[in-house]
Amino acid sequence: MIKNDNRFDVAVIGAGVIGCAVARELTRFTGSVLVLEREGDVCEGTSKANSAIIHGGFDAKPGTLKAKFNVLGNSMMDRISEELDVPFSRIGALVACLSEDDLPKLEELKARGEENGVEGLVILSREEALRLEPGLSDGVYAALFCPSSGIVCPFELTLGFAENAARNGADFRFSHEATAIRREGDGFEITAGGEEFFARAVVNCAGVFADRVRGTVAERDYRITPRRGEYMLLDKRAGNTVSHTVFGVPSKFGKGVLVTPTVHGNLMVGPTAEDIPDPEDTATTAAGLAKVRTMSALTVRGIPYKQVITSFAGLRAHGDAHDFVIREDAEIKGFFEAACIESPGLSSAPAIASHVAKMVKERLALSERADFDPIRRGIPKVASMSDADRARLIKERPEYGQIICRCETVSEGEILDAIRRPLGARTLDGVKRRTRAGMGRCQAGFCSPKVIAILSRELGVPYGEVKKNG
Amino acid sequence: MAENVKLAIIGGGPAGMAAAIAAREAGVGDIVILERDSELGGILNQCIHNGFGLHTFKEELTGPEYAARYIDRVLGLGIRYETGTMVLSVSENKEITTVSRARGLLVYKADAVILAMGCRERPRGALNIPGTRPQGIYTAGAAQKLVNCDGFIPGREVVILGSGDIGLIMARRMTLEGARVRLVAELMPYSGGLKRNIVQCLDDYGIPLKLSHTVVDIKGKKRLEGVTVAEVDGTGTPVPGTEEYVECDTLLLSCGLIPENELSLTAGVELNPVTNGPFVNDRLETNVPGVFACGNVLHVHDLVDFVSEEAGRAGVAAAKYLSGDGGEAGRILDIVPGAGVRYTVPSTVDAGRCDEAIHVRFRVRDVYRSCSVRVAAKDREIMVKKRRIIVPSEMEDVILKRSALEGVEGPITVEIVGV
Ligand SMILES: Cc1cc2nc3c(=O)[nH]c(=O)nc-3n(C[C@H](O)[C@H](O)[C@H](O)COP(=O)(O)OP(=O)(O)OC[C@H]3O[C@@H](n4cnc5c(N)ncnc54)[C@H](O)[C@@H]3O)c2cc1C
Ligand SMILES: Cc1cc2nc3c(=O)[nH]c(=O)nc-3n(C[C@H](O)[C@H](O)[C@H](O)COP(=O)(O)OP(=O)(O)OC[C@H]3O[C@@H](n4cnc5c(N)ncnc54)[C@H](O)[C@@H]3O)c2cc1C
Repeated sequence: MIKNDNRFDVAVIGAGVIGCAVARELTRFTGSVLVLEREGDVCEGTSKANSAIIHGGFDAKPGTLKAKFNVLGNSMMDRISEELDVPFSRIGALVACLSEDDLPKLEELKARGEENGVEGLVILSREEALRLEPGLSDGVYAALFCPSSGIVCPFELTLGFAENAARNGADFRFSHEATAIRREGDGFEITAGGEEFFARAVVNCAGVFADRVRGTVAERDYRITPRRGEYMLLDKRAGNTVSHTVFGVPSKFGKGVLVTPTVHGNLMVGPTAEDIPDPEDTATTAAGLAKVRTMSALTVRGIPYKQVITSFAGLRAHGDAHDFVIREDAEIKGFFEAACIESPGLSSAPAIASHVAKMVKERLALSERADFDPIRRGIPKVASMSDADRARLIKERPEYGQIICRCETVSEGEILDAIRRPLGARTLDGVKRRTRAGMGRCQAGFCSPKVIAILSRELGVPYGEVKKNG
Repeated sequence: MAENVKLAIIGGGPAGMAAAIAAREAGVGDIVILERDSELGGILNQCIHNGFGLHTFKEELTGPEYAARYIDRVLGLGIRYETGTMVLSVSENKEITTVSRARGLLVYKADAVILAMGCRERPRGALNIPGTRPQGIYTAGAAQKLVNCDGFIPGREVVILGSGDIGLIMARRMTLEGARVRLVAELMPYSGGLKRNIVQCLDDYGIPLKLSHTVVDIKGKKRLEGVTVAEVDGTGTPVPGTEEYVECDTLLLSCGLIPENELSLTAGVELNPVTNGPFVNDRLETNVPGVFACGNVLHVHDLVDFVSEEAGRAGVAAAKYLSGDGGEAGRILDIVPGAGVRYTVPSTVDAGRCDEAIHVRFRVRDVYRSCSVRVAAKDREIMVKKRRIIVPSEMEDVILKRSALEGVEGPITVEIVGV
């Protein structure tokens, strides 16, 4: 017998940006929502390691789901970032080509973008492009400019969806890997984390694992290949090397290496594209990082690689049909999927989620809730507030005057908030993604002993049990 | 509303304290030391090993004991200090924005500022070591804090990358705590730490030091499982075929310190790309008049005794500046690094109004044997000093006499000759 606490209307598998966005959209409707996540926190998969670009939508082939959801998702981002208190900035993107021969590629991208409904695309000569972006390398011949392209904080976006979903009643269970899904009556039985759950509908948002999750309940009609992308992240001092996202002309290996400022003012360079067998292998490689360096130099000059503070890698869930799989299963009614969500998945998340939630609503005959609250407030950030706001906050809550992370100016108050808020942090990485403590130039050398002490105290566990990640 | 203060000192480590003491003794009444930690003492508080103060006190003290001597004098002289106070920014007109739990947001308006913020450790990312990013990788200083201040031993099987002094000290410390230190790998063909630390911290415990070696891969998804160590050639490139996998649960990084100058930048202070510290003149004053720098924020020192001495001079110089005793600028000569020398501190000297004795500190590029340190102006040799051996890990200090600068033509070059 399945416990009553473990019976839900909908179970979402995976707490990446897609699963969390779907969960949030589902809480607009009547019906209980469960989120099962194999890791100890939200945003432990691909959603934590990507380029963080809200793409314009000129890259995807017209008529594909990628094209449709990207353009729609992009247009929803202003409201989402407002509602969920997520840093987002439309800085615009340039696609640089290196010779006259490549000009047709830009023309093609522009035409594609226009067909997809992307507005404001223009092709700029070298001189025009340089006026916009003086950091372009000497080899740049011309560039496509996309004003609607933006940058976002992927952690805050995922957390924003998740916390708002939780606030509206979604039940998150971490360290609960869904290992089996069985059709049972008018719903599904799910084995996860040593427990049994029942849900009337299931939404598979398991990222690079989605084909395996599908495999437990249906025939695997798509295959996912993890495609690794490696990055280097540079100190904030290098953040103004460029002021737009600069891409090289796309090739058959994706969008190529890009150079972009991040929403927090660092410079990010990457990714590579390499198919690998292991869906958990996010190791960086000497060859990959070397490639990032050489490729980036083609489009942007003078990247100060001496100022690299960290490197990392993420895995794209590349599907063999080269498009997103977003559907209710044709045979197994109530089994929904948002799978093969490779780039531009982050950009598409709001649109995918809204679409999937509506399908679920129809299937389960749910109705709108009057009490859905779309607003989520982030953690107040001492680093970015005005002196007057700082003074007021510290007077009220002195712990915001105790700085724990020197590089990013993160206070004890912020770290406590990160731990105590719904779906709070349980690990060093959890604190880091929520507050930026440890993300700066010293990479947690200074603050990790202090954050370990706070986590140990707050969670009531000894030092040795405070983990880097869950 | 800003609070006025004559001299603000940022950082309450050995540099900040020595500067404050010297400034007070030179007559500055209104001083405040701003320190983000809960206590004065800086990095010394976590250095519980002995070996501090041999030059200053002719005794071997532990870090906290050495700090305590200065803390006592700060207290004895009634110098004001604010702990738990983080300086967020310093403006060009010396407005210092701070936050603290106790007093909230507070802005000081200072007439003179001494920068004494110390340094930070170079993290893994800056070293570009590929591989996974599991639990178990620490900078040596962070591990030192965990072990010595928090009583937490981060692991049992340890590899140390980099032979900086903190790494060497931690090799011994971890061994004493029952961990097994498998090896210390050093990229360069020579050690980055003091000779005495190699003997006392590695040799005495049979820990191998592998020169010209580095870590080329890191394994382990959640928890560190092991690292691959390989030999490097003369350019620092790993030599294929020399890889060796070493199982470990902890990797400590001791690969250099970087002066912590983010605040200096907000104040408009110009930095030397070689030291990552400010360019200063012989009074340890930066390009911003009335802003001085000393200790590890200026350039990384190996011995605290030299930090204290240098900081004392900064304190005296700030006092002179405040009393208007600077006088007109005289004859400014550049001091430049020549053959075999990476940098010099200071980088200019005012031959017209400098002290009787001018300290010029520098580090060499490589290990040199039976050579000479030569200081020469454009038109004449000022000094030559024979040396049996001179190494990059030990800071050098030569003293020039004011009289020797009379009438010389700049620039003054410091170089290694006869190698
Ligand atoms: C290199 C790179 C660059 C990118 N750049 C961009 C970009 O600039 N712009 C953009 O729009 N998109 C970009 N993307 C794509 C974007 O990052 C992804 O589309 C998005 O993050 C996918 O989110 P997700 O929720 O599907 O996957 P994930 O974030 O991986 O989430 C899936 C979750 O499911 C969990 N899970 C898996 N199996 C189970 C199970 N059996 N039970 C329970 N939980 C399970 C996982 O632990 C994980 O937390 C990029 C991707 C990569 C790799
Ligand atoms: C781990 C280690 C081991 C060492 N071992 C030896 C040894 O065995 N023998 C020896 O002689 N020397 C040793 N040294 C060297 C010596 O201790 C240092 O050179 C000396 O401590 C440097 O002094 P400092 O005041 O410049 O820097 P620090 O001691 O680092 O002090 C700087 C202070 O400034 C404060 N600060 C920085 N930024 C701010 C801000 N924004 N707002 C407020 N406060 C701020 C910091 O909290 C710190 O207290 C060692 C150094 C280290 C790091």
